[in-house]
Amino acid sequence: MYASLLERHRRGCKLIEITENLCKGCEICIEFCPLKVFEKSDKLNRKGYYLPVVTDEDQCVGCRLCELLCPEFAIIITNE
Amino acid sequence: MSEPRHRLMDFVREEIMPHRFCSGCGCGTVLNAFTNAVEGIGLDSAKMVCVSGIGCSSWIPSPYFKSDTLHTTHGRPIAFATGVKVMRPDLTVVVIAGDGDVAGIGGNHLIHAARRNIDLSVFMVNNMIYGMTGGQVAPTTPAGVKTTTTPHRNVEPAFKVADLVVAAGASYVARWTTYHVFPLLESMQNAMSRKGFSFIEIMSQCPENYGRRIGLRTGIDFLRQFKEKAIRVDKARGMTEEELEDRIVIGKLCDVERPEYVTELQKVTAEQVDLLRAEKEKVD
Repeated sequence: MYASLLERHRRGCKLIEITENLCKGCEICIEFCPLKVFEKSDKLNRKGYYLPVVTDEDQCVGCRLCELLCPEFAIIITNE
Repeated sequence: MSEPRHRLMDFVREEIMPHRFCSGCGCGTVLNAFTNAVEGIGLDSAKMVCVSGIGCSSWIPSPYFKSDTLHTTHGRPIAFATGVKVMRPDLTVVVIAGDGDVAGIGGNHLIHAARRNIDLSVFMVNNMIYGMTGGQVAPTTPAGVKTTTTPHRNVEPAFKVADLVVAAGASYVARWTTYHVFPLLESMQNAMSRKGFSFIEIMSQCPENYGRRIGLRTGIDFLRQFKEKAIRVDKARGMTEEELEDRIVIGKLCDVERPEYVTELQKVTAEQVDLLRAEKEKVD
């Protein structure tokens, strides 16, 4: 994991992490991301909510709108 | 694999997360913005007292925000907060409560706290209904909405709380929605760092108990509607009442400097102490 993080940092990309068991599947991040980075997946979490997945992380410009809109503290953007 | 940890988990009670708000509820977004604001201005949460009343949005500070909290009776958070502020002016006192608490049952406390201009930050989460108890009509419910207690339709117009607080004499008043999170965050920082009574009305969503009555079943529908209906206060100034009827006026409604209540109270106390001392010296 750390190796990939370092590589992303070198490329100037952002790291999007989703805390799976905090997510309640409200899909606000999917709808309101200005660059449509997220997509609904078939994957369920422990509580039975469909999780969002990051489709194209290179698109992300690190505006942090999803991090701030998320009611569950489930999205973490590492924006170095 | 261990799960990633959010940096703001230092400010919330991590052991009880995820919180109990419904999926898509705006209270979570308000909690997120509030913790961001506290982190942003570097407030020490040990030097804060958060006061809340009864209702879903009163759960934002108590139990989720990690500071001293007062979870008070219905409608009285501002009254309790006034007491805290007068006795401990060194603490930052924040009231986060719902529209039922602040505008409905506790409406009188609100206008008098604004009139006194006591140094409180009041964040009113306005979800336009009594959500926790099952969707009864609130003073902030728009006319025409069917609720549990108005099964045919609501005939009362909605209360414009922020405008009332401006008229009552508060020093900082703003209105934002849960869609406009960045300005909301900035506004919260302004409210907490300045002296005097500051009030932010946060239009929030309740997909469960309000949304299903007006055909907005998810948080996304609400946020989309907030995005469409919101209009900045400087644009709204030239518009007529009819044009603004279905719109949400957002932005900073008032920002003035006025004498603060606790400071004035301390001045009076100091004057009286001096007078008594002088009298005592005369007798001696």
